[in-house]
Amino acid sequence: MSTALLHTGTHEKKAVLKKKKLIPYWLLAPGIIWLIIFFLVPIYQLISTSTQTQGFGIGTYVQTYRFSNFADAISSSRAQLFRSFEYAFLATVFALIISYPLAYAVAFKSGRWKNTLLVLIVAPFFCSFLLRTVAWEQILGEQGLVIKTLRFLHIFSAQDHLTATPFAVVAGLTYNFLPFMTLPLYASLERIDIRMMEASGDLYANAITTFRRVTVPLSMPGVVAGTLLTFIPAAGDYINAELLGNPGTKMIGNVIEARYLAIVDYPGAAALSLILMVTILILVMAYVKRAGTEELV
Amino acid sequence: MSIEISRRNLLKATGGLGAASLLGLSSEEMANAASAKPVRFANWSLYLDYDNKSKSYPTLVDFTKKTGIPVKYMEVVDDNDTFTAKVTPQLKLKKDIGYDIVVLTEWMAARWIGGKYVTKFDDAKIPNKKNVLPYLLNRPLDPGRHYSLPWAGIIAGFAWNKQRTPKGIQSMEQLFSKANKGKIEVLSEMRDTIGLIMMWQGVDIAKPFSQDKFMNAIDYLQKMIHDGFIRQVKGQSYQEDLISGDATAVIGWSGDINQLNLQNNNQFGFAIPESGGTFSTDNMMIPALSPNKAAAEAVINYYYDPMVAARVANYINYICPVGGAQQAMEKVNPKQVNNKLIFPDAAMWKNLHVFRDLSQAEQISFATAFQKASGNA
Repeated sequence: MSTALLHTGTHEKKAVLKKKKLIPYWLLAPGIIWLIIFFLVPIYQLISTSTQTQGFGIGTYVQTYRFSNFADAISSSRAQLFRSFEYAFLATVFALIISYPLAYAVAFKSGRWKNTLLVLIVAPFFCSFLLRTVAWEQILGEQGLVIKTLRFLHIFSAQDHLTATPFAVVAGLTYNFLPFMTLPLYASLERIDIRMMEASGDLYANAITTFRRVTVPLSMPGVVAGTLLTFIPAAGDYINAELLGNPGTKMIGNVIEARYLAIVDYPGAAALSLILMVTILILVMAYVKRAGTEELV
Repeated sequence: MSIEISRRNLLKATGGLGAASLLGLSSEEMANAASAKPVRFANWSLYLDYDNKSKSYPTLVDFTKKTGIPVKYMEVVDDNDTFTAKVTPQLKLKKDIGYDIVVLTEWMAARWIGGKYVTKFDDAKIPNKKNVLPYLLNRPLDPGRHYSLPWAGIIAGFAWNKQRTPKGIQSMEQLFSKANKGKIEVLSEMRDTIGLIMMWQGVDIAKPFSQDKFMNAIDYLQKMIHDGFIRQVKGQSYQEDLISGDATAVIGWSGDINQLNLQNNNQFGFAIPESGGTFSTDNMMIPALSPNKAAAEAVINYYYDPMVAARVANYINYICPVGGAQQAMEKVNPKQVNNKLIFPDAAMWKNLHVFRDLSQAEQISFATAFQKASGNA
């Protein structure tokens, strides 16, 4: 009898254990369903479209498993693809150069202004991305202060202009993604134990050495997160190139847009989207492998 | 191309014109007509007479008063391609797209008619069709006009800042002058920009021409971009650049310049090129499976009344497609009676040309070449 009791006991225990084991899956379910609907299904659609060819009627495509769509896409838009990564890289570097001192100041030197400064960094997000970029069109445009000052100082002639130049596009990208760089940097720097720096000083390191050997290594997770968060969206952006650029500064996002909407070449656009995704993925993986992610975020 | 942000759209987004402008009706009229389903009218911005004081569209208000049919007017078309791309999934599934009237440019309207995305008019319900200018009644996109009717005619030509170019621009050479270098913008509407260049190169764009002729024009465009003459290839937002001075000479649309001048002290000039201007129409159509077809036909019929057409033309400044509207204009605004950009005379019609229909293969290869020249492919 006692063994029988024991038996039922283990059964119940097993059932409870089983239930407990399932709990994480139930908790994950909403996320997984979300991913299936909004990530897997569209990705499947994208992959499927990328190998189709023109059917009868504009906007009609049939599946022919034409893998050369990818080679065609790369060969016809190589310039814009490289340009996207070049601009995204430049924007990331500039954002890092601007953000690091900013985040450092907010984390260590701002005192009671810390929250105000953080709000100011995030404040541009309260306004639409598109409107902010349009605003830059006017700031850098003929009626803006920048160009008037440059002309007054005779740095610019009447023919020179700032809008519709690569400079404006990279500046727009840098500006638009700056908070994505600043916030992770700030989070990283803010967590650094100030006593580490003091200890460094006690060990006769001067300010520069302390910064180089203590602060920077400890803020690396923020640098890695910030550069990723800036580089990835910047590489795929098309609004800055569209509004602030000229025909010679178009990025891969512009090509994809034109292929979808103006040329109505869905397979070409899908192929380019996949190429962009895979390239970014490879770049990011290589970067993260080098930089290490143990303490990311 | 799809992110055309005109100054007015911007104002609207930030609340300038306000949500009231989305509806052509006052609340009282809405209540009167509450029982009827509203006709959902999708059109381009600044394409219907608008009264700033009452924040309503006077001709639409009158229509609802007269017929009891409410109209929900929406300025949602900002680009033929983008608008079509947005509603294509529903069109293909043969579902209601949320609009009972759409207004699209001729070449895109032809694509909708070809794809059977629109419904045939009941001519008995549109008796005013007899008022449509004969020239516009028989167009290749829809012979006999059973699926589409012209809302307005558009001319593409040269526009310039009078201060910068006091002598005006009549030819392609004058457009691409040194004085305007780097401050020239051309339309992202392929048929207009390439059409003007082709005519300047001596090609009749209305008659069959070879791919080479088209590519010659593309080469010229590409050279002008490469040499730094052309600043941007864009849609209606060239207007903002003209005002700000970022652009000093453009290939643009007649009505836009008319409207800009009204608000900016006649600062800008517009001319049809000596070698010929392009002409096209924007067309009203009723999407297939519109649940409100009869009421939509009533709206369409109403706008072919010469008096109503004159009121609209007086505001939008594009070519009026309705016969008798010029006489009616005497009562609406005598100053506009002789405005050739609204009522072209015979000499002007002679210098306007319509880009010929393109086959599917041509459409794709030409559009690709044009986008490539514009840096987008």
